[in-house]
Amino acid sequence: MNQFEVTMAGFGGQGIMLAGQLLSYTGLKDGKNVVWIPSYGPEMRGGTAYCTVVISDIRIGSPIINTPTCACVFNRPSFDKFAPRVKPGGLLIVNSSLINVSTDRKDLTEIQVPATQIAIDAGNGRATNIVVLGAFVGATGVVKYDTLISVVEEKLGKKKELFEINRRVLDMGYKIGRERAAQRSHA
Amino acid sequence: MQDINTTFARPEGLTDVVTHYCPGCTHGVIHRLVAEVLVELGLRERTVGVAPVGCSVLAYNYFNTDFLESPHGRAPALATGFKRLRPDMIVFTYQGDGDLASIGMAEIVHAANRGEKFTTIFVNNAIYGMTGGQMAPTTLPGQVTATCPFGRDTALTGMPIRMVELLSSLATPAYLERVAVHSPAHIVRAKKAIKTAFTCQKEERCFSLIEVLSTCPTNWGITPGEATQWLDANLKAFFPLGVYKRPEGMQ
Amino acid sequence: MAKILMKGNEAIAEAALRAGATNYFCYPITPQTEVAEYLAKRMPDYGGVFLQAESEVAVGNMLFGAASTGKRVFTSSSSPGISLMQEALSYMAGAHLPCVIINIMRGGPGLGGILPAQSDYFQATKGGGHGDYRILVLAPSNLQEAVDLTMLAFHLADKYRNPAMIIGDGMIGQMMEPVEFPEKYVEEELPVKTWAATGASGRKPLIIKSLFLDPNALEHNNILLKEKYDQMAKEEVRFELYKTGPKNRILLVSYGTMARICQTAIDALEAEGISVGLFRPISVYPFPHSQLREEISRPNVESVLTIEMSMGQMLEDVERAVAERKPLAFFGRTGGIVPSPEEVIEQIRKLLDAQPAPRKAKKA
Repeated sequence: MNQFEVTMAGFGGQGIMLAGQLLSYTGLKDGKNVVWIPSYGPEMRGGTAYCTVVISDIRIGSPIINTPTCACVFNRPSFDKFAPRVKPGGLLIVNSSLINVSTDRKDLTEIQVPATQIAIDAGNGRATNIVVLGAFVGATGVVKYDTLISVVEEKLGKKKELFEINRRVLDMGYKIGRERAAQRSHA
Repeated sequence: MQDINTTFARPEGLTDVVTHYCPGCTHGVIHRLVAEVLVELGLRERTVGVAPVGCSVLAYNYFNTDFLESPHGRAPALATGFKRLRPDMIVFTYQGDGDLASIGMAEIVHAANRGEKFTTIFVNNAIYGMTGGQMAPTTLPGQVTATCPFGRDTALTGMPIRMVELLSSLATPAYLERVAVHSPAHIVRAKKAIKTAFTCQKEERCFSLIEVLSTCPTNWGITPGEATQWLDANLKAFFPLGVYKRPEGMQ
Repeated sequence: MAKILMKGNEAIAEAALRAGATNYFCYPITPQTEVAEYLAKRMPDYGGVFLQAESEVAVGNMLFGAASTGKRVFTSSSSPGISLMQEALSYMAGAHLPCVIINIMRGGPGLGGILPAQSDYFQATKGGGHGDYRILVLAPSNLQEAVDLTMLAFHLADKYRNPAMIIGDGMIGQMMEPVEFPEKYVEEELPVKTWAATGASGRKPLIIKSLFLDPNALEHNNILLKEKYDQMAKEEVRFELYKTGPKNRILLVSYGTMARICQTAIDALEAEGISVGLFRPISVYPFPHSQLREEISRPNVESVLTIEMSMGQMLEDVERAVAERKPLAFFGRTGGIVPSPEEVIEQIRKLLDAQPAPRKAKKA
């Protein structure tokens, strides 16, 4: 891998920015070059919020990525907006709890993760972003999973109860991501 | 150096420079009062003045203290910046009515509201002096100026702004007084007010502003003697003298 | 010190503190408000001054008063707010006072938008306010550079007793990247600030002013200013070359975030065997005119392409350097639209198509 770009998109309040930042911290800890870039302005107020993370072994040029290697979409408007933009051969991670369609693109890998449902079942619906983050790392291996765990602990470890939920759903997401990606590559 | 034979001398707080003020203008009196107070309170050597844009734009040449020359109306912002970084120093602004009550209205109101611990000497002569006698926010109803040649029409331009009354409506503690300098008795009272204001600052109590009613015979178009009478009869009637606000626990 | 991940606005704020600038005045405006929020939290640790003013007009003038103490002072704002500070900047330049202004630029004119732009280049580099003056302007293109240049800006402002400005577009303020701060900020020693107002104790009164009613005195002040700008042009020009070389057919000129996007385009074209170089001014005032002239004068450079997030502002400085030696083209997007690497590539291709390819050696 030289460079990997992921756009995370959803409603404001779904923890999109945080998920991107956690991934960036993890990349940094792994010794990679990273850039995190948010959408900002009125979009943050209720529309689709999104951020893009670039993780690279080389000096990062453009922080603006129109066609990312991967998109993680948390809601339907984000699916509509970003599924078409993923690079051919790329990856699309769909929060299937809130998105009841799949892409008709044949040139990418789509992984459906019932992230919101998993988070609610685990006791905190707001942990949707952590499920998706786990799934992303499970599917791509762009950063080390152990590093991600340490970052999640570092950044979200203060409230013990919530952290335990986060830790659990992170694993669940990771497993789904890893299994689905393996199935795809065997298919 | 004053000796027993000296009855009148330049105070140490003023430089040995002849001022550019017109005959009959009271800026010179006000400068002297401020300078005397700074020396009497032992503050001169740690004082920074902020000069305005207006007739007293060159005030920095006349005071024996460090001085900053401000953009028009912004002296309270400069004073805020300086005093915040050097609370150990004494800072005062010297501003006219166009400078303070027109273009600098936002800066003075917010500085007073924040309770910035500097002193403002606000010289109100109801007209723009330096630019040649145009209408000021303090010009009286019916008063003739270069930009209201038929007399100030309050239906079009509003009523004169009474600054100390306006500032006294703020909840922030402050020392606010209006004085005049057109007679010896008034000058004595004015000096007392200025001294109280700088004492408030010296004791790190509060923001202080002294409004001084002043004459402008040149732009009022009358003689100095008439100007004194006009101030007493008209300006003083619209802008009543007195203490408008004092911090709690202060006599 | 280890690298830490920071948002641009916060990294710039931290850099200022590390450079000993602990006096900050501000007024909220998107997209740089995090600078103020960060400093509101951090300033008590430094025992410095944090003050939210009533307007940017007041901010500028508070800087004027605060800089008169001789301490390091700064503000941050975005385009419309910077316009309101021009009064004070002109006065401070005239009075030889240092300060640092961070301008995280957004699209204009007027209220414009809040998305990234480079449309304040003229205002920043050509004076900005009234009178014959310039301010020193540095344009970072990544966050480490934003940190380094912010610290440098305080040094240069003091060195020249002149306002210095950092211009970054909204992306610089909003993005996160790893940054590293020096353990201790070391800078070249500067003269004692005998010009600061400290009270007329044991010396004559000191006056800080920009008013000179005598025309000879005013002209003298303008000559003093000009001498400083000439010295800046000699000593403070900064720029970076990216993949420039004898194979370049085209030389791009771009700064800030836009320059990074050009780098990505250059890399992509390189993979196809098309050689394009980039000249990136880091100091935009003083502008690296002669250095750019040298680069464009190389025989292999067929044409020059300036790319900005504006309708063509730095272009005028590039024109001065190119001086019709080579064909000069321009591409810009505005309104908060950031050109993509693909758009840049398209522009380069257009330019290559318009000019005949270099003649290949005939087969024997």
